Order: sequence, then structure tokens, then C-alpha cells
Amino acid sequence: MNWPALIVFIALFVFVTGLGFWAARWRSGDLTLLHEWGLGGRRFGTFVTWFLLGGDLYTAYTFIAVPALVYGAGALGFFAVPYTILIYPLLYLVFPRLWSIAHKHGYVTSSDVVLGRYGNKWLALAVGVTGLVATMPYIALQLVGMQVVIGAMGVGGEGLMGDLPLIIAFVILAAFTYTSGLRAPAMIAVVKDVLIYLVVIAITILVPLKLGGFEPIFSAVPAAKLTLVAPVGDTYGAYSIYATLALGSALALFLYPHSLTAILSSSNPGAIRRNAALLPAYSLVLGLLALLGFMAVALHVGTDPAFADGFKQYGNNFAVPALILAAFPGWFAGVAFAAIAIGALVPSAIMSIACANIVSRNIYRGFFRPDATNAQESSVAKIASLVVKLGALVFIIFVPVPYALQFQLLGGLWMIQVLPSVILGLYLRVLTGWPLLAGWVVGTVLGTWMASTTSFKAAVFTLTFFGVSFPGYIALYSLIANIVVSVVLSLLLKPFVAPAPAMAD
Amino acid sequence: MATQPGPEPKRHWLRILFVLPFIAMLWVPSYNRLTPELFGFPFFYWYQLLWVIISAAIAGIIYKAEH
Repeated sequence: MNWPALIVFIALFVFVTGLGFWAARWRSGDLTLLHEWGLGGRRFGTFVTWFLLGGDLYTAYTFIAVPALVYGAGALGFFAVPYTILIYPLLYLVFPRLWSIAHKHGYVTSSDVVLGRYGNKWLALAVGVTGLVATMPYIALQLVGMQVVIGAMGVGGEGLMGDLPLIIAFVILAAFTYTSGLRAPAMIAVVKDVLIYLVVIAITILVPLKLGGFEPIFSAVPAAKLTLVAPVGDTYGAYSIYATLALGSALALFLYPHSLTAILSSSNPGAIRRNAALLPAYSLVLGLLALLGFMAVALHVGTDPAFADGFKQYGNNFAVPALILAAFPGWFAGVAFAAIAIGALVPSAIMSIACANIVSRNIYRGFFRPDATNAQESSVAKIASLVVKLGALVFIIFVPVPYALQFQLLGGLWMIQVLPSVILGLYLRVLTGWPLLAGWVVGTVLGTWMASTTSFKAAVFTLTFFGVSFPGYIALYSLIANIVVSVVLSLLLKPFVAPAPAMAD
Repeated sequence: MATQPGPEPKRHWLRILFVLPFIAMLWVPSYNRLTPELFGFPFFYWYQLLWVIISAAIAGIIYKAEH
């Protein structure tokens, strides 16, 4: 048991918990209304939106999963950097438009947008359910992150006792999400980022200082892992994998319910555009964090007997906690682990709120109780936020993946299938409801089948055209099939259906 | 396109600059190498981190041009 780390960790955790409950009073509104509970009353400016989107996007994915992949697989794990570079043009160009439409009509979710545009409630349901299912593995990834740092402090063990700290953390999370809604993670996100920046700056200055600069860090890594394996023969090999992972992840990201929640909760489209220029600050941090994987290699944590148990239990996900324990005193490890755990807590809260908005608005009200009152809708959302978190636990138990990052890639391949309905529909007038639904079915089935060929352990599939192989991210390949079906069917059926109403924006 | 007064800015031709990060980042063979190094970072790493800054600058320039 690492007491100094544990005491600092618990102190910080108690602090943010208090903040979470207190957040209900911040810019207070009527929390029995869904857009107050679930979108913070759409009153967040550039500053809060920055923290909220940052808290959304840079999660345990960034602090545990990406460095773990870099630690284990080398250069390939760095695809997270081009991925986050490519999201900002999309954020700037597409999402202010979506914001304006949502604001005008009072939409809370992407299902609302789709229903408003196409008037097809089955398509809206498909979009909503996709969001729910795709978010569960993403929350599961957060749980893994939290599990790893709690384990790194020596807390835990076998069976129920081992899971107890995680369960306590999640009960706390569930409780303040329930009472405060989106205000809680928005407020905690600020604390989280201050902690994260402190920790990242400390690590990226002190570890290279200790090892004599970045040169020794990179030279400790086998040369073959420092760059992608150049493809030989009739294949694009690692090149097409790297590019498609970056592009596919970027296209999927803002379709996630939680990204959209953060975008829609901003007070004006200008705040979103400004954030396209300000958010890359996080990408720099992400790039530095990815390099923690190499720092862990340079410190030989993998062969240190002190960490043998940790690696055995958590695999490469243990690389960053081991690095922190190896290079820093206990109290600092406590700060770092708290930063990571809170960094998992914030997005989990936003993700579960976003899913809850879908369940209450698009499933409960959309399908079962169209006459539900606003208060009923809001209370269903609060309960749904609890159910989604349980779904994430199921993922951890039943889908054992070698890298936690796979959870995010799996989520992405489902999430990306709503892109034609939510985004292309803004630009292509010809698209209509039923063809989009057919495209969604084709893309989802194809993508799930491709992933099943790897037993859901990898997100890459190899396509071969005329003897040339293009291994790449399943999400992108299945999306192409989805778009082709959606567009071709829409064109074929055009003479038979009334055109969609002009998009009011 | 009907626009609300205020929030929807004029589209500036500079938006074409947003193509650059896509070309640079998806053209993987152009940066899959170790040299030249910068501050001990192999090319592969510092080049991509540099593009984070370039793409932020592009977004900033376009925002300025449109507001």
C-alpha cells in the first residue's frame, strides 16, 4: 500500500466530489428540465466549453490507453496525434451549423436533429441506439483507466474487495451526476485540467532531465518501433492503417453523444469556432502524453520486479502508472493518479448524461410516452444515466481486449455509421430517411462482421483490390459502404418520395 | 440559406486552408522517417506535433478573417 499516494489521492477525490454536488447551485436553473440538467441550460461560453470539450476528448484514452499502445506497439500509437489534428477543421466547419439548428428547434440529441430533418422515427431510433451502444465501450475504457491507477496504489486484491474502490468511485460519480447534471462535470473539468497540465509538464520536464534529454529516451526504444514498418510488396501496410485510424477516429468523434452534448451546451456558435483554434492545446499535451510510453521503455519499468504484478494484472495499461511510481515520490504519484482518475470521471459523467438524454428524449418520449411531462422526461434521464454505466461494466467483463484503446476503436466503428444521417444530411438534400436507415444497417452489420473476424480484438480489416492490399480501420471501410447505399437508394427512390423539408438553419 | 442575424459568419475563401492538415497527415510516407531530428525528437514525432500548432494557427486565421 502506497500511503502518501493514497492520502493525496483521497484528499483530491473528496474535494472534487464536494465540488460535484455544489455544482447544482452554479448558474442555477430548474434541474427538472432536460436542457437544464442535461445541457447546463446552454449557457456555457468559450472558456467553459473549452474545458468541457477538453474533458470530453482527453480522457483515460489519452492518459492510459494511448501511452500503453505507444509503449507496446511504438509509432503506430502516435496516430492519436493526427487524429486530434483532423477533428478541428471538422469542428469549425460542421458543428456551428448543427448548433444553430439544435438551438432553433430545442434539440438536445442527434436523434432529435435526424427526426426533425427526415421525420422518420425509426432512423432517429437507430441513431439514438447507436449512440448508446457506442458509448458503453468508451465508458468501459474510462473504467479501465481508473482501475489501473487504483491498483497502482496497492489498493485492491482479489474478487469483490478488489473491485470495491472502483465501485465506490462510481457510486460517487453516479450520485453527483444525478443531482447536478452537466454542471458537475463542467466544474470538475476545470480542476481536472489544472491537475493534468501540472502533471504532464512535471513529467515531460523531469523525466528527460533525469535521463539526459529526449535523445536517450528515443534511443532506448528499438529502432523498428520508432517509425511505422514501411510496407513491402503489394500492400499499403502500416501506412494505410495509420491514416485510416486517424481519419476514421476523427470522423467518429463528434458524433458521440457526449461530444455533441458539450457542443450544444455552448452559448453560441462563435464559442465553438474559437475552440477549434484553442483546443489544439490539448493535442500538444496528448502528443507529450503519448511519449510517456517511450519514457516507460527508457526507465525499463517492464523488467522491474516491483511492477511485475501490475503488468501481469493490467498488461501494457500499467506502463504510465509504473513510470510515475518509478520516477516520482509517493505524494506526486497521488496527484498524478488523482488527475488520471478525475480525468476518467469527467468524461464518464458527460457520456452517461449524453446517453441519458437519448433514452429519455428519443426512446421514452419518442416511442413510449409522447405525452410525458418535462419533469418526467428529466427524471427518466437521471435513471438512464445509471443504467448506461452498468452497461460499461458489462463490456469490461465480457470483451477482454489486449489494449484498452480497442474499446474506443470498437465504439468508433458503430458511432461513425450515423455520419450520413447527422452530417451529410446537412449538405446533401437528396438523402431521405429510409435509404439512410438501409445504409446504417449495411454499415453496422458490415463493420460488426469485420470486427468479428478478429474476435473483436482488433479494429483493422484488410481490403484487397486488384491484388493490392489496403489494411485499414474498419469504421472507415464500413462507412463507405453505408454512404454508397444511402446515396444510391436515395437517388433511386427520389421519384417516389416527397423531398425532405428544407433544412431550417 | 436563411441565417440567423449574428452567429453565422460569412464564409471566407481562406477556409480552403483546412485542406492542408488532411493532406499533410494522411500522406503518411512523407513523414515516416527518423531524420532530421529536432531537440532529440525523431522527425516522425516533431513533425506531427508541429502540425498541431500549424492547424491551430489555420483555425485562428480563418476565425479572424470571418469575425
